[in-house]
Amino acid sequence: MTRRLAPTGLLLLGAIYCLFPVSWVLVAATKSPAELFTTSTLTPGTGLLSNIEELFAYRDGVFWLWLANTLLYAGGGALLSTAVSAVSGFALAKYRFPGRDAIFNLLIGGILVPAVVLAIPQYLLFSQIGMADTYWAVLLPQILHPYSIYLARIYATAAIPDSLLEAGRLDGAGEWRLMTRVAIPLMVPGMVTIFLFQFVAIWNNFLLPFIMLGDDGKFPLTVGLYTMLAAGANQPTLYNLILTGALLSIIPLIALFLTMQRYWRTDLSSGAVK
Amino acid sequence: MRTKLLGVAALVVTLAAAGCASEGAAPAPEATQAAPQGPVKLTYWTWAPNMDKIVAVWNQEHPDIQVTVSKQAGGDDAAAKFLTAAKAGNPPDLVQAEYQHLPSFIAADAVADLTTAAAPVKADFSEGVWGQVTLGTDTVYAIPQDSGPMMLFYRKDLFDKYDIAVPKTWQEYAEAARKVHEQDPKVFLGTFSSKDPGAFTGLAQQAGAQWWAIDGESWKVNVADEPTTRVADFWGGLVKEGVIDGMPYFTPEWNKALNDGKLLTWPSAIWAPGVLSSNAPKAKGKWAAAPLPQWKAGENFSGFWGGSSVAVAAKSKHQAAAAKFATWLNTDAKAVDLLVKEAAIYPAATKGQSALTEAPDYFSTQPDFWQQAAGVAAGARGFTFGPNVGVTYNAFKDSFDKAVQARSSFSDAVRAMQEATVADMRKSGFQIAP
Repeated sequence: MTRRLAPTGLLLLGAIYCLFPVSWVLVAATKSPAELFTTSTLTPGTGLLSNIEELFAYRDGVFWLWLANTLLYAGGGALLSTAVSAVSGFALAKYRFPGRDAIFNLLIGGILVPAVVLAIPQYLLFSQIGMADTYWAVLLPQILHPYSIYLARIYATAAIPDSLLEAGRLDGAGEWRLMTRVAIPLMVPGMVTIFLFQFVAIWNNFLLPFIMLGDDGKFPLTVGLYTMLAAGANQPTLYNLILTGALLSIIPLIALFLTMQRYWRTDLSSGAVK
Repeated sequence: MRTKLLGVAALVVTLAAAGCASEGAAPAPEATQAAPQGPVKLTYWTWAPNMDKIVAVWNQEHPDIQVTVSKQAGGDDAAAKFLTAAKAGNPPDLVQAEYQHLPSFIAADAVADLTTAAAPVKADFSEGVWGQVTLGTDTVYAIPQDSGPMMLFYRKDLFDKYDIAVPKTWQEYAEAARKVHEQDPKVFLGTFSSKDPGAFTGLAQQAGAQWWAIDGESWKVNVADEPTTRVADFWGGLVKEGVIDGMPYFTPEWNKALNDGKLLTWPSAIWAPGVLSSNAPKAKGKWAAAPLPQWKAGENFSGFWGGSSVAVAAKSKHQAAAAKFATWLNTDAKAVDLLVKEAAIYPAATKGQSALTEAPDYFSTQPDFWQQAAGVAAGARGFTFGPNVGVTYNAFKDSFDKAVQARSSFSDAVRAMQEATVADMRKSGFQIAP
């Protein structure tokens, strides 16, 4: 019995560690400006509805624009990134071609370079081709994601039996058909994982859009909320609106995880070769 | 984490800027005005609230020059972002530039020379403010927008409770600090924040500090001058005695202390009412403002904490139009009135300052708030900022963090600031006068 308790306790600790900040945001978002710094930390306040109302009214509802932008960056970026990763991962896993290992090692090396370091060089490059301050400036740099390609390769190696591809070839299927009809369906659970990873990463990305974008009409939520935080000293900081905005901005993420969860459970490849 | 990341960004920018730093302030390229087709379109980066509404008035009246506001996050990150954009060749036409960041823009050749356009409006500003956009030279690099003369904000009700008078000199302030702390060890007259170099800079300015000066082609750097050391040792002594607290401003802990009446004063700038009303809403009507305590009885000096100007990017294709807008925004009577009402700033233009009559809501018990402020603003003196204020400010945070923790010498911390500043300027290729 005691042997069972230790892992449970450890997981509980982990859960508290992750969930406590979220619950703090939840509680803090319910506080009116007057309550925020005066009531005790975990006492719920009475201002949630008025906070939400005020947030939606802020600068004629710019919050919705930021939300739409974030959805575009995260949704579009994650979709494109998943597609690129899946195709590359499949190719790297199942085809032998010259330079394959070199390319793969290069990608592995790419994992070690944090995206943050690349943000400024990317900005300078995008400026040179006149694409800074456009939607593409935020979307394109996030499409090629070495770690996702690595994941896709690992997944494709494990999920797609060589014998299945061989059988397909014998039946006369072309390579394109093999990929779209045989390989990709088998890779769906892995692709869902990649999509979620990328979606969350882009959703939370701050530095790249912060540097790339000058026009506040293209800001995502992260940068938008930051303009509310650093709004200069001469007006009251809108802490209550920022907290409410932060809370609302994680709701789509939670919803996404809950709906996508079931794809993880199904493993399409089970029984495929039997 | 985020600050750390931006630290990296700022570093890269500094490195990028350093390349052209040694040339000093080169003259702006000639304004290219090849009769543009249709209206001139300008972009304007600012973080002042409601600026789009003020710009809408300009756009209405000037169909040939249309300005688009892009609201940015303010502060040090904004400066780093503008420098990066200028380096990459696509800065906005107009940018809000805090006074302490303007020299770094000038050193990177990122802002245009506005001397001709600004000549007619020089008289609209006090000398202290004007010096912030000229760096003490004859060239004008920006049009002042708002300013932050420092005052002493104090809890009137608690001053009565602990039986202390509003301190007229810093000596009286020190005595009051001891008196308050003696009566209740949990209560402090004030706190010294090691996280807010801007506040310390303002206090040093009040004492007469001159950290930087341009001397021909080289810079004079004197961060550890006598007035600064005097200010540092004054606060260091009180922190060491334990009668002044060492908690930084703008933290939850500080907010709580303000709300609970554990902090009695805040030497801050004219924009303090906005901060107090959001961070200490419970104490509304209990705070009052007075001039800063003086170093010599009878003087009337103050320093600046914050404030910003509007600069025109050197790479802007429409410098003349942009300069026209910048002067209108900050000196036209109607525009300044809008700045006060919509953007809630304390205008740098003197006539705008005297137009302020109704005290801020939070200070409704002090109807002469703005008259007090105008009196303080008249005696506020700034100094020329250098091209690497960010380095100096970071050195402040590092060395004063340690000094407050260890209750060690504050003047040593000031000397560390001087060394870090000079070392960085040397590295960037600036000439330093002995």
